Amino acid sequence: MEVSVEALSHSYHSRRGETRSALRDLNLLIDGPMLYGVLGPNGGGKSTLFRILATMLRPKSGRARVAGFDVVEQAHAVRRHLGVVFQTNSLDKQLTIEENLKLQGQLQGLSSRELPGRVDDVLRQLDLVERRADLVKELSGGLARRAELAKALLHRPSILLLDEPSTGLDPHARRRLWETVDQIRASRPMVVLLTTHLLDEADRCDRLLLLHEGARVREGTPPELKAAIGGEVVLLKSREPERLMSLLAANSPVMFGSAVRVEVAHAHRFAAELVERQPELVESVEFRRPSLEDVFFAATGAPIV
Amino acid sequence: MRALARRELLRFWRERTRVAGFVVAPLLFWFVTSSGFGDFNRFFSGSLALTLMFSAIFANMSLIEDRREGFLLGVLVTRAPRWSVVAGKILGASLLAWSQALMFLAFLPFTAFRPPWTAVVAVIPSLFAIAFAFTALGFLIAWKLNSVQGFHAIINLLLVPLWMTSGALFPIRTADAWLQWAMRLNPMTYAMALIERLLNPAADALLPSVPVSAAVTLVLGAVLFAGAVRLAREGE
Repeated sequence: MEVSVEALSHSYHSRRGETRSALRDLNLLIDGPMLYGVLGPNGGGKSTLFRILATMLRPKSGRARVAGFDVVEQAHAVRRHLGVVFQTNSLDKQLTIEENLKLQGQLQGLSSRELPGRVDDVLRQLDLVERRADLVKELSGGLARRAELAKALLHRPSILLLDEPSTGLDPHARRRLWETVDQIRASRPMVVLLTTHLLDEADRCDRLLLLHEGARVREGTPPELKAAIGGEVVLLKSREPERLMSLLAANSPVMFGSAVRVEVAHAHRFAAELVERQPELVESVEFRRPSLEDVFFAATGAPIV
Repeated sequence: MRALARRELLRFWRERTRVAGFVVAPLLFWFVTSSGFGDFNRFFSGSLALTLMFSAIFANMSLIEDRREGFLLGVLVTRAPRWSVVAGKILGASLLAWSQALMFLAFLPFTAFRPPWTAVVAVIPSLFAIAFAFTALGFLIAWKLNSVQGFHAIINLLLVPLWMTSGALFPIRTADAWLQWAMRLNPMTYAMALIERLLNPAADALLPSVPVSAAVTLVLGAVLFAGAVRLAREGE
């Protein structure tokens, strides 16, 4: 059992004395190597879950276990099995990549005999050999993120936590980062748990947890989740969206601005019939296969971003 | 622990301006003050103590930087135990403050003080004990803060009055009775007395003795270090 979470709840107290619930009675089980995604809007509880699993935050109630150890009672053992990549920098910018890695190795308790070999290994694996002597403050965003990954992998963790790993990266660096993650997973089976609000990242995952207002709304593989939508999504633009809404009341439509969204079994037939009946009402029609955004929307009535 | 201490020294060495300020600032202070009073002896120990304590405490600004830059977070999720993280940071910073004080000590021949060589040997570890205690104090203050400005404000509020009433600026002998009491309660007085007693055979007779000063400094260091470890373990 690699990661398990039982009835986990957490709340924060604001300065005005209000209590804001960040996680509500969450359950989760990751039982073998896979890419596991936690998808949800910002403020949905992803970061709180990440911080609890990374042993940085004590949950108010419930339990979480990583690699078989309790994140509160056995935080020390958890840290041995855990590699963590934060959303923000955690390298020493005044030091070189190699100096950072050596420091990390010493903090992780690697012996001075095995350390140089380990450093060479991760540098090679992450294609950083030629950059080893560069100061971190001089690296591009993409390279710095790769160095963060190298740092997190140095002690060969069985579980890697990534918090919104592509934040602040340009599309090229983002693609490169994902190639690297895929390559790492291919070389050694491990659990990679990532939090994200990006649909394309979520689509890569083997399994997904959809989190909204701290609670689990859906869980499953991306195809399973999309299949549960039942049919296709049709987006209709109209000058009179309210009329369209009442006309389609039976299909439980949702309105955004001048667009109305419905889920139907046979989108083409539905649209053709509608346009024939009410030609003046519809300005444009868009069909699509359900995306994870639709899944999230169907479950919560709220958009992801 | 060694790794973090070494990092502290390496980072220091990379910043050339810090190195320059490190050597020049205390000398400038001593030279100007002494020239002003026309007495190059009276402020030697005071300048030495000032150098030591200020750089020990201010070295903890790197802790705030580490927190802000995310480095500290990265360290806290490794398997390194908290006490060793605290010890590494404090040792690194103490070593820096200590070496600065040793450099200053090299100017002893330019004063009228001619302490026996045993006293000079004894002052070296004493300086380290003082550096350690005040770095730990700075650590305690810096741990919860995330702005360098806030740290400056607190330090100025705390450190300047402590230094002024430590005997570095005026002797205990000439102070009012209430102030003498304040001076006796001030831990910095003992750090100051330890240096002054060792270096100046004609030190103010009201100063605490060497054994008392050394004991207070060591106990202070131990208590503050324990407090720092406890603070860093909070919420773990």
